[in-house]
Amino acid sequence: MMEILTKVHAKHLVEWGRNHPEAWVLSADLTSSCEADGFRDAFPERFLSMGIAEQNMLAFAGGMARQGLIPLVHTFAVFIYRRALDQVAMSVAYPNLPVKMFGFLPGILTPGGATHQAIEDVAVMRALPNMTILEAGDATETESILEAACDIPGPVYVRQLRGEIPRLFDPKEPLKPGACRKLSEGGDFVLLTSGICTEEGMRAVAALRERGLDIAHYHVSTLKPFNHPEIVREIAASRWGAITLENHSILGGLGSILAEGMAEAGTGKPLRRLGLRDTFVHGAGRRHLMREYGLDALALTGAVEEITGKRFFIDENSLAEAYTPALHSSAKAEAL
Amino acid sequence: MGDHSARRKGRENQIDRAARAARGIRRRVLAHTLSHDGGYLSQACSSAEIFAALYTCVLNLKKIDRPLSALPFAGTPGPARPALTGAIFNGGGEPDCDNFILSPAQYALTLYAALVEVGRMDEKSMAAYNVDGSTVEMIGAEHSPGMEVTTGSLGQGISQAAGIALARRVKGETGRVILLMSDGECQSGEFWEAVQATCFHKLGNMLAYVDMNGCQCDGPMTSVMQLEPFDRRLAAFGARVRRIDGHDIKTLIRLGRAPAADVPTFVLCDTDPCRDMAVLQKRRPKFHYVRFASPEEKAEYRKFYENTFQEGL
Repeated sequence: MMEILTKVHAKHLVEWGRNHPEAWVLSADLTSSCEADGFRDAFPERFLSMGIAEQNMLAFAGGMARQGLIPLVHTFAVFIYRRALDQVAMSVAYPNLPVKMFGFLPGILTPGGATHQAIEDVAVMRALPNMTILEAGDATETESILEAACDIPGPVYVRQLRGEIPRLFDPKEPLKPGACRKLSEGGDFVLLTSGICTEEGMRAVAALRERGLDIAHYHVSTLKPFNHPEIVREIAASRWGAITLENHSILGGLGSILAEGMAEAGTGKPLRRLGLRDTFVHGAGRRHLMREYGLDALALTGAVEEITGKRFFIDENSLAEAYTPALHSSAKAEAL
Repeated sequence: MGDHSARRKGRENQIDRAARAARGIRRRVLAHTLSHDGGYLSQACSSAEIFAALYTCVLNLKKIDRPLSALPFAGTPGPARPALTGAIFNGGGEPDCDNFILSPAQYALTLYAALVEVGRMDEKSMAAYNVDGSTVEMIGAEHSPGMEVTTGSLGQGISQAAGIALARRVKGETGRVILLMSDGECQSGEFWEAVQATCFHKLGNMLAYVDMNGCQCDGPMTSVMQLEPFDRRLAAFGARVRRIDGHDIKTLIRLGRAPAADVPTFVLCDTDPCRDMAVLQKRRPKFHYVRFASPEEKAEYRKFYENTFQEGL
């Protein structure tokens, strides 16, 4: 049975905040929605309410960081890179300041529809020089990504999780910037997944393994910088090549990142990118959207069938149960 | 004399009708919140009279024969698919008709309730709220009933409305662009840029009602980011500003029908986030979203519903 944790970031932020008097939390009216309410209550003197005004918030954070403070910006991911991109670029990334941006609800993790879904944030943010991009994939990473972000000297953009989160990785193995987690071995395919898609990858790999396919599966939590010649070599030696699965557009995210690495190394193997296929998305539940847009385990097994020309007869019933959080729960402030 | 009293009677009927619609909006949103274990309830309490006045008496909308049904979601706009808009529920597209732009799309539940109340959307569609694959989305997008643009990213509604207003003026259309905003979103820089531009370009065909309920996600606006003196700030930018009791239907209607100025008009509506819903008082000062913390709390709301709306509508 999978362990499910609640409000992981909220609790950890308070604990960590005690020993880091230089850390401040900035919020644009989404304090409890971004699990920063505990910090606000514990350290009101280091909490800044900025109103619904993200452009000012990001440039303001740049000013604080110039003076030696560590601003931890908390809002939904979309409101960082869409609303305040110029401010992020010129007031934070250009001067290479240690502003840590926690973007919640990455990708399709919200029924809030196109205005709330950060589906191209990795593509946009990774084009900015100096920027590091991290993404949490489970509870272990959600509770260790804060330290990881603060250990990195410059600006960091974090795709963070909230609410109820499954634990997929050993709590004694926190997120290490730059390192990938190898979740399974195999010479048929090399699969790379990130964020909430890793659980889907694990489900698909287990089912495919029962049917005789061996897949090397990596979980990627540092999207930038991404420098993994060992993975590219493994792809070159694999039978069918590489597959990526991400909670993001296939343009500019994990799939593109790997494609660039493979092309530069001259790896002549096919790459199949699974993710949002250059489309905006509507508002609906997470499980529904993952199915509709092909971000789940079945999308992955379907792609493997297409590539190999074999049928594996895998359906929802033959997969391990997936974790789907409730729309309403005490673990979050509203149904977004 | 006879003429005068007939007119007065007509006005009273209009006010009664709007008041009934406001009550129906609150009832529908509370019923929904009960059946779905959560909802944006206080927004309905604060803005019910504004929505009711707009949809019964202020907006000049094309008549529709019978309530429309919401369509299932068919895809986002792209080269192969023209943008589907919810404007059809407002009868949109006629040169003399008004546009209605709901800027805080978080109020979509209230909008849907208003559409049902005035016979523009069928009841069945209300049940599709936040159902996977439906256009009756929690945060309305432009394909959602009554929504004409995508506005859930706060502060952008007024700029889009201004573009529509300018284009309509260029085309010589007489229809206005009527906007419902919330006070919290006026904190954004874009809002002030929009006020500056609409006054400079003299967009007198714009009329904005601002629901000044004083609340935002984090709590009271006075504790999150202060806007006051909001009326004086707006006036200093060159706008025409009126500040009223946002539950006063008569004044809401009168200002909605007043002749245009040569600059946009802002009607700042001071409202109460628990108006007509005493049960909400306990949540003070946080009203942004209602989710029941316990079966007892839900039972309390259900009892309130039964006591308040037992006579039906």
